[in-house]
Amino acid sequence: MSSSLTSEEFELNMGPQHPSTHGVLRMLLKMDGEKVISCDPIVGYLHRSIEKMSENRTFAQVVPVTDRLDYCTSMTSNYVYVLSVEALGDITPPPRGQFIRTIMTELNRIASHLLWYGTFCLEIGATTPFLYSFADREKILDLFEMACGARLLYNYIRIGGVGRDLSQTFLDGMITFLDEWEPRILDYEALLDENPIFYNRTKGVGYLSIEKAKHYGVTGPNIRASGLAVDVRKDEPFAAYTDLEFDVPTSTEGDVFARYRIRMEEMRQSARILRQCFDKIPGGPASIPLNYRIKIPEGETYQHIESPRGDIGCYLVSRGGDMPWRCKFRTPSFVHIQIFRDLLPGVLIPDIMAICASFDIVLPETDR
Amino acid sequence: MKVAELGEKLRQHFPEVAFHEDLENPQALIVPESDYRQVAERLRRDPELDFDYLEFQTCCDHPPNRLDFLAYFYSYQYRHRLALKVVLERGLPSLPSLADLWANADWNEREVFDLFGVVFHGHPDLRRIMMPEDWEGYPLRKDYLHPNVVKRPD
Repeated sequence: MSSSLTSEEFELNMGPQHPSTHGVLRMLLKMDGEKVISCDPIVGYLHRSIEKMSENRTFAQVVPVTDRLDYCTSMTSNYVYVLSVEALGDITPPPRGQFIRTIMTELNRIASHLLWYGTFCLEIGATTPFLYSFADREKILDLFEMACGARLLYNYIRIGGVGRDLSQTFLDGMITFLDEWEPRILDYEALLDENPIFYNRTKGVGYLSIEKAKHYGVTGPNIRASGLAVDVRKDEPFAAYTDLEFDVPTSTEGDVFARYRIRMEEMRQSARILRQCFDKIPGGPASIPLNYRIKIPEGETYQHIESPRGDIGCYLVSRGGDMPWRCKFRTPSFVHIQIFRDLLPGVLIPDIMAICASFDIVLPETDR
Repeated sequence: MKVAELGEKLRQHFPEVAFHEDLENPQALIVPESDYRQVAERLRRDPELDFDYLEFQTCCDHPPNRLDFLAYFYSYQYRHRLALKVVLERGLPSLPSLADLWANADWNEREVFDLFGVVFHGHPDLRRIMMPEDWEGYPLRKDYLHPNVVKRPD
């Protein structure tokens, strides 16, 4: 039978307002029917010139600006900026401060992975997991509210330490939360792991090889899912990570399913870290008193840490004044979006959502 | 390897290139504009250096006449880091692109072009990324003027 069906290429704009991108990402797709031929991700809709704004504020005033980098993990972006300022100014926070920072970034990692888990499931059509994970994330936000009064934009990690010391109530509340929540990871997994629909939608979809991941500069859980065991917390330990034991989960599959599995395992490791922090947290002051308009000596530095999304870094230049001369953020999502150009051609429309969601991109961080 | 050792190794490979220590940035090595591309290529291809991860590229403006360009590289195998710094003239600076060596350079260079106005030769698709296509000026330069940009107090 000779086929009389012909297909024609057409362009499709996915976004900037699209329910499955949770952020203002626009993808210019060239389609052949349901099949993607090429993809051009277009960003910049959320550009707020955070780097330019940082040049106009004192070192302490930049901290709340970094909150706005990534609303899912403000603690991490606070921390990477503060770490660069401290590296230039040769400031070492006291041990208790280091532990509090570790606790906060790890709690934030769990909160961010829970948010990812919920929205990822929504994107591939499962509503129930979202309700589970958001109820639990809420408890972490309550803890943050107890520590610093804010639920999303914390301004908590400051130069020389933290905003204010943690109370014993917080630490006890954290352990109560972990005791209640850790068994729930099994529930999350039970909802997806043995679900044939989920399995078919994710297994073998969006395969990312390790070479390609390196070539594109992919970091964090996404490269660990492709089989490279890199983690800044292990390779170049910061905060209190030298004193803590944890594993770096990896997988060699490199598909959407593997990226989901890695994040589940990471949440377990974070819980393990938090329990050790609870046992080991020393007494004493949490921060060292510093002048609010602190002057940082001349110099340049690049510091980076492990955010829930990958390798987040801050390149800071000071010319000896009380304001940064240049403050550049190297954000993981900016790098991860590029890879869609390579991964999406050849897939069908429903797989676009699964693949994009599996990379855990956050647009405010991309556009800065 | 430490930055000093890496610098020593590069000096052996390129005896004719004038490398300089960077006094402000201990992670960086200053290379002349004309040799940036061949040094970067060496970093990528030499199995003993094996810089397989380009972390980021950026600029820092120092008016009246200096514009620093930086590229940070990391090796997963050897776990060492090196930054190459190129001191450019302000005005209309240009550099060769690294997009064929590291795919990550594509968007990083577009960002530097967009915000600092550095033109990258050989870039596959050099256009603005953060700002609208018809935007004028390069926002992260220190002398950029816009009604919404408050002047930095001295």
